Amino acid sequence: MAELNTGDGGGGKGGKVRSKKQNSKVDLTAMVDLAFLLITFFMLTTSLSKPQSMDLSLPDKDDKNPEQKDTKVDENRTMTVMLGGDNKIVYYMGLLATPKVGPKDIAYGKDGIRRELLKQKKNVLAYSAAKGKPDQGIIVIIKPTKKSNYRNLVDMLDEMAISGVDTYAIVPEFSPEETKLIDKKAE
Amino acid sequence: MAKIKMKKKSTSTDMTAMCDVAFLLLTFFILTATAKVPEALPVDTPASTVQTKLPDTDLAIITVGKGKVFFDIKGREIRKRTLEGIGAKYGIEFSEDDKTKFALMDDFGVPVTGLKQIIDMKAADRTKANQPGIPLDSLDNQLKEWLLISRRATIDLDDKELQIAIKGDAKEEYPQIKKIMDILQDQKINSFNLVTGTRGKDF
Repeated sequence: MAELNTGDGGGGKGGKVRSKKQNSKVDLTAMVDLAFLLITFFMLTTSLSKPQSMDLSLPDKDDKNPEQKDTKVDENRTMTVMLGGDNKIVYYMGLLATPKVGPKDIAYGKDGIRRELLKQKKNVLAYSAAKGKPDQGIIVIIKPTKKSNYRNLVDMLDEMAISGVDTYAIVPEFSPEETKLIDKKAE
Repeated sequence: MAKIKMKKKSTSTDMTAMCDVAFLLLTFFILTATAKVPEALPVDTPASTVQTKLPDTDLAIITVGKGKVFFDIKGREIRKRTLEGIGAKYGIEFSEDDKTKFALMDDFGVPVTGLKQIIDMKAADRTKANQPGIPLDSLDNQLKEWLLISRRATIDLDDKELQIAIKGDAKEEYPQIKKIMDILQDQKINSFNLVTGTRGKDF
């Protein structure tokens, strides 16, 4: 029975199996590559998965004495921005009956509302400085219509943050003239 | 002339230490990473440049999308306490098992009467369950109750005010968002967070 084992030497080479001296080092490059790739992945996903948020503070709603919430402001400082459907914006400065600028159609983004906001902000600051009250900045009144969506509102609030307007209010109340204006423009 | 014999340097570096460190870090990150569970109501949040992180605890998230409203509270103990409160309010008995399950689940959007069914489901089925949303009309304003009770629970347990975040779908129309804001303002919550995505500074 022992002859069966000796047969695989391939002839008369004596059957000596020489084991090669193996290198004790293993190449770890690929393993390290993979490990770092995974580290990068986990690092990025853990820090990015936390949702971002935007703070929003609204004024007190007091239903009992509504006459108290009307604060009088200089109409030269107010800019009213109406958000319509289909990503339309209509803005004007001052009162609608006697607007200083506008009412005009404008688009969202860098070349649209932001440029205008920065320009008007500068104007108002100059105006306030001339009056001797340089700390009074622009007041933006955001009026989202029923057709506007949430993205429009967040975009607008974002513009406030980008252009550094601190005083703004969200007022979803429309006079008939304003409704006419935004409906006509939205066509 | 003595010949200077250059020692032949080995080109391969010893990577054992590097490999050790890499795997240690990898293990750390895998263990700290939280598994993301699919949301019951997937929404596409609008992007903004403002980057404030949401807190991890004492937070309630109101998800608004497709005309439905879902509610989620972070923190297991607060969830348990809130469920007890809701059960007492609407006269539904929740077992200890229900409370534990409720503490571990995520957002939900069912009327209180259907809550037990949702709790009994498996996590994978909940997302497919087509939950109708929490009622919030003036006759049956359950969102208001959820908010009130969870705020009370937070004050009881952590002695802190519950933070509210609104996570709205970008295409959601403004009146629906306004309705939520009105409910919050009726409870004198005038300051809250809007969950947004990220966007570069010069978009």
